[in-house]
Amino acid sequence: MTASNSGPNSEQALAHVVRDHAGRLAASLVSLLGDFSAAEDLVQDAVETALRRWPVEEVPERPDAWLFTVARRRGLDVLRRETNYRAKLAQMTWVEPSQRDDRLRLIFTCCHPALSRAAQIALTLRVVCGLSTAQIAAAFVVPETTVAQRLTRAKRKITEAGIPYRIPDVDDLPARLDGALAVIYLLFNEGYLSSSGVHAQARDLVDDAEYLASLLAGLMPDEPEVAGLLALIRLHRARGAARFDDREQLVLLADQDRTLWDHEAIGAATALLVRAARAHRRPGPYQLQAAIAACHAEAESFESTDWPQIVVLYDMLLHLAPSPITRLHRAIALRYASSPGAALDELKDLDRVLENYLLLHATRADLLRAVGRNAEARECDERALALTANPAQQALLEERLSWS
Amino acid sequence: MKYVLMFVETEEFAKELETMGDPERENAYAAVGRWFAEHGSKITHHAHLAPVHTATTMRLRRGEEPVVTDGPFVEGKEVVSGFAEVEVADLDEALKIARSWPACPIVEIRPVS
Repeated sequence: MTASNSGPNSEQALAHVVRDHAGRLAASLVSLLGDFSAAEDLVQDAVETALRRWPVEEVPERPDAWLFTVARRRGLDVLRRETNYRAKLAQMTWVEPSQRDDRLRLIFTCCHPALSRAAQIALTLRVVCGLSTAQIAAAFVVPETTVAQRLTRAKRKITEAGIPYRIPDVDDLPARLDGALAVIYLLFNEGYLSSSGVHAQARDLVDDAEYLASLLAGLMPDEPEVAGLLALIRLHRARGAARFDDREQLVLLADQDRTLWDHEAIGAATALLVRAARAHRRPGPYQLQAAIAACHAEAESFESTDWPQIVVLYDMLLHLAPSPITRLHRAIALRYASSPGAALDELKDLDRVLENYLLLHATRADLLRAVGRNAEARECDERALALTANPAQQALLEERLSWS
Repeated sequence: MKYVLMFVETEEFAKELETMGDPERENAYAAVGRWFAEHGSKITHHAHLAPVHTATTMRLRRGEEPVVTDGPFVEGKEVVSGFAEVEVADLDEALKIARSWPACPIVEIRPVS
């Protein structure tokens, strides 16, 4: 590998190299030492050293061996009193990445339900993806000390509460896998919604979410929901180039330039979804959401979208996972499959549960405008505007207010 | 590792128990008995506490007389009604035991330090 220039692109390339190796190293060290927290500290030290030195020196030929050497040296240094650990570390050599990939255990430990969701997310990013505390803080726009505290508390809980480092038993696995998928999905959502150019310097969480989903899909090839989530993320990413205009304003699906979509990626993600669905015949929320995204992605124009099919998929999704937000999305599809009036009726009893949900008010504004009730529409836009902190969404709503 | 499973009763649960007929209540107790028998090899100690109206709380204050009050230490709708100490490999095993608890609806699991 060659020396990298400074700049965001080389930084990202560096992050990718770190990500590919840090998780494996963490998994091996936790297995070896039997101490999650100690192993994680060593990997984090190595990662931070790499982020400091690789940009000025060069990315080593064998980044994994390099990271291991730094972690091991550091371990022999700091674990002086832990003779047991020292002996194990001293004997350890870094061979070719082992046949056995322990990262599945790592993911399940990081996403253990005895940890808070925020802790699960921070821990997964740090331990599995090799993000530094500073990178996590920047991605979520929270102070570094908050993230550091969250991580420290989580690691203490793992040790003191006896959270195991293993793949859950068969009867626990479905629920535990749901938890791990939820972490990846939240990460994806956070990254997807906050991407606007304002945080161009921040870590691309969507990229990390896709990486995690694809890692999990490789480790659990017989779980169609994992493939479903991966397809969902890839289908959304494939439309990325059309989501913002030159002025970094959000462009709605209806107005997006579909020639900018990555049609090859859309085809591949759709094929992945179809394969998983056919092989297992176990539909689930992620496969259904991916199927909806595929309907949009494969339509040649907004008008020619298969809206009746989307409404059917939402019905199936509501059957498996009832949620007011899904009902709202179904209502939006119903507008095009049926009429704005029918969609407005569907929104009636969502007010109580989604009072503080931006999209409800924005959608109602749209529907009211479609049936000519402009004054009421304006009121809804104002309510929506008051609820968003995202600059791109704010700009979109403000623009709408100014011409409505 | 040793864990204590604290069994927490809610108001609804207490009411439910009250309104049960005798055979129903006997069934409920039998289910608890079976649970203890099933996990007997892991349970190192357990106790069922008398109802919360029997609780007395003492607050110790440095250099001053303790304050004794009637009732549990937190006034609330959820009260600890008993506990079992288990000796298991890790939290997942403790969770597995807690999962099949057939009585009150909340179980707090804490390692013994």
